Amino acid sequence: MKQPRARRAATKGPVRLAKAASPSYVVERFSLDNGLRVVLSPDTSSPVVAVAVYYDVGMRSEPQGRTGFAHLFEHMMFQGSASLGKTEHFSHVQGNGGTLNGSTHVDYTNYYEVMPSAATELALFLEADRMRSVAVTQENLDNQIAVVQNEIRVNVLNRPYGGFPWLMVPPLLFDDFANSHNGYGDFVDLESSTLEDAQAFFDRYYAPGNAVLTVAGDIDSAQVRGWVEQHFGDIPARPVPERPSFAEPPLAQEKRAVEHDRLAPAPAVAMAWRVPDPADLATYLPYVVLAEVLTDGDASRLQERMILNDRSATHISGYLGLLGDPLDARDPTPFLLEVHHPEETSLDAVVATVDQELARLASDGLELPELDRTVARMTARYLREVDGVLGRATTMSVFEQQRGRAELVNELPDLLRQVVPAQVQEAAATLTPDTRALLELRPGTGEDA
Amino acid sequence: MTTVQKRPVPPLAKPRPAKLPVVAERVLDNGLRVLAVRRRGVPLAELRLRVPFAGPTGRGGRSDGHAFRAQAQLLGDTLLSGTATRTAAQLAADVQALGGQLSASTDADRLGFGASVLVSGLPGLLDVLREVLTSATYPKHEVVGERDRLVQELAIYRSQAAVVAREALLSRMYGEHPYGRELPTAEELSEVKASQLRSLHGKRIAPEGSILTLVGDLPPSRALDLVETALSGWTAAGKAVQTPPLPAPPDGPALLRDRPGAVQTTLRMSGPAPSRTDPDYAAFGLANLVFGGYFSSRWVANIREDKGYTYSPHSQVEHPPAGSRVTVSADVSTPTTAAALLETVYELGRVATTPVGQDELDQARRYAIGVLALSTASQAGLASTLSQLAGAGLGVEWLRDHPAQLAAVTVDDARAAAARYLAPNRLTTVLVGDVAQVEAPLRTLVDLEVG
Repeated sequence: MKQPRARRAATKGPVRLAKAASPSYVVERFSLDNGLRVVLSPDTSSPVVAVAVYYDVGMRSEPQGRTGFAHLFEHMMFQGSASLGKTEHFSHVQGNGGTLNGSTHVDYTNYYEVMPSAATELALFLEADRMRSVAVTQENLDNQIAVVQNEIRVNVLNRPYGGFPWLMVPPLLFDDFANSHNGYGDFVDLESSTLEDAQAFFDRYYAPGNAVLTVAGDIDSAQVRGWVEQHFGDIPARPVPERPSFAEPPLAQEKRAVEHDRLAPAPAVAMAWRVPDPADLATYLPYVVLAEVLTDGDASRLQERMILNDRSATHISGYLGLLGDPLDARDPTPFLLEVHHPEETSLDAVVATVDQELARLASDGLELPELDRTVARMTARYLREVDGVLGRATTMSVFEQQRGRAELVNELPDLLRQVVPAQVQEAAATLTPDTRALLELRPGTGEDA
Repeated sequence: MTTVQKRPVPPLAKPRPAKLPVVAERVLDNGLRVLAVRRRGVPLAELRLRVPFAGPTGRGGRSDGHAFRAQAQLLGDTLLSGTATRTAAQLAADVQALGGQLSASTDADRLGFGASVLVSGLPGLLDVLREVLTSATYPKHEVVGERDRLVQELAIYRSQAAVVAREALLSRMYGEHPYGRELPTAEELSEVKASQLRSLHGKRIAPEGSILTLVGDLPPSRALDLVETALSGWTAAGKAVQTPPLPAPPDGPALLRDRPGAVQTTLRMSGPAPSRTDPDYAAFGLANLVFGGYFSSRWVANIREDKGYTYSPHSQVEHPPAGSRVTVSADVSTPTTAAALLETVYELGRVATTPVGQDELDQARRYAIGVLALSTASQAGLASTLSQLAGAGLGVEWLRDHPAQLAAVTVDDARAAAARYLAPNRLTTVLVGDVAQVEAPLRTLVDLEVG
């Protein structure tokens, strides 16, 4: 399908984005009798296909004593299934020219393949096979516990700033165990995980009715629909767990904590606020835009002031969601600001500057050109993300799962364009010191202090 | 767990071959080579520009390689800090308003620009690029500020075990050659002055020898015209400098660097590899995949999926122009360090001395052909792939010809290439870990230098 294109010539001033910057990907959906929801998005421009399965279970659903289990279980889904032995899932995908992975998030766990389109049915078969039945042995469970522990060592324990701030902020910002616990997992919890735990987790959360399957790329819809019915259709329906509310009231007062990092050579600070429920995009998107106004590039408020001008910081980032994707988590979810700064700049000075800039935005607002250029780049970055079949399939999956609306893949640029300066100003006004969690990371062991 | 009847794996459909992209090319009067491809999809354009930027070997005197590297690093980091008509913040705001992003950086071989922009903003982005190339000002305040920031960032960068290992490995392999140290020290950076950057810019940022690649949803002829209009006035007279030839690979014991209390040991083994134009390239690529170049490899099956020593073992090939290298990487838990090295040497030795199976080879072959097609399936992927190929002197036809080369590799070819490049005694070994815990077990296997 030919995409409409923006026609506006370049100008010295900001480009007012025409509606034409919206993509127009095809969205087709159907459901199987067992409850599996399916989204198809044909696009024949390259002979490749992405197949993604999103299960509506993530770190938030882990019970006490089983921290890290959602992620450990993700590893188990590669260890064998009804028709496939250990490592066979990998060899069928890679050995036919594809790539694959899975990942565990706060609210979902996903699995995906990107393959030559000739392998579409194969990819569907592989996903159906492990949705039908995961086949875990004690040996494989023990092996993957060791692998996951090494994953945590390489990403957290042997790494400066490891887990900063995504593992450190939740216990400060949230009270409920579901929101506040370590989603990578405590080693004791991981080691005490059993085969019975795995089967129970699979039975409860990996029901077909708790999943969304998306196929995007070089496909014939009718043919793929037939394959989906053939391979997934006879997976028995199971009850779909009701997702509890994990909502928490905002912080009543500021909370602070200090983490010592013996591997880190310089200090850093993370500030986090709870934001409105992402379910209401009209209220939520101004916060997403605000993060960019503050931190995207040399012309953003905090980078220009703190890195370019007064040099009080060396690295600044701001984003929604613990893992940095603003549109992949449900309520509650944080607005995060992360500042790395030299020892010579005091924490108080950094915090005071951030507060000043937030207060300035809250009182004076921002002019349209600043908003427009911010949204222009956000839109371009988003389009770049969905240009690849995998980015498109994952974006559509999470929209369909959490909002019942894969069409948002096409609508998001317009929704961003509808954000007005007053909304960004109002969002900034809510990020006050008395409702924030502030996590200070200090280099060293803390023992010589 | 549950017993379920096995089902047959469905066969593949008839593959639909990717169309070879049509590349339009124009060499401007100033010597700049421009490649343009139309790729429909999102209304974006992707731009890559490679400018040769190699430095000298050795230190001290008039051709101090380390001093050059420090200047080049800071030049890349401050190139966008101001032009004749824009401050750093104005430049950033202008690019942002076009729906664009623009970055510049240098390495031991080149200065590289990467950009993406809404197609509507392409003329504006090219105008910014023209200004940067022809009138970057390197304002003193920005250069000094960025220099200080870079010192901090490098300290953070060098606190990572993977970086400690990479720097030790490259230094051991290449010594005083520019590849021996990718990043400057704080002391070397402190010597750099804004005036030196202006001078270096004038001497080295020249269109002759540079290649600009543009992929996007616009007609190639229009893309070429836009580039020509914007950049034909870029006329610096500098000359492209080639990276000096590499020294012979070193002999000597494995190097163990201390990281007290580390819960993992960072293991790296590296040696020369064939370049993309070497007759061994296809066979070596497949042998490397069979050994450890992708998840479905022997080494991953052994030290991860069987023994659980590590999370992400990987054998990767890099192609810097003066000489390609293969690097075997794994971060292994401290108590399993020696055992992991033993298995690694075993798997390297096995692929170098015994035949690979036909099935293993065929699987690796299909993977290599498949991921090549995947790498060109987006505008950004196609732009990066074409730019890299052009930098290696290869055209788009390589995307068609390389699969044919892969298809022709035999079991004997793969073993011969493995023997040449993956034999463990040809590789330079570096480990970064807790010496107190890993030295003694490692000494049962290899000669070791601790330092």
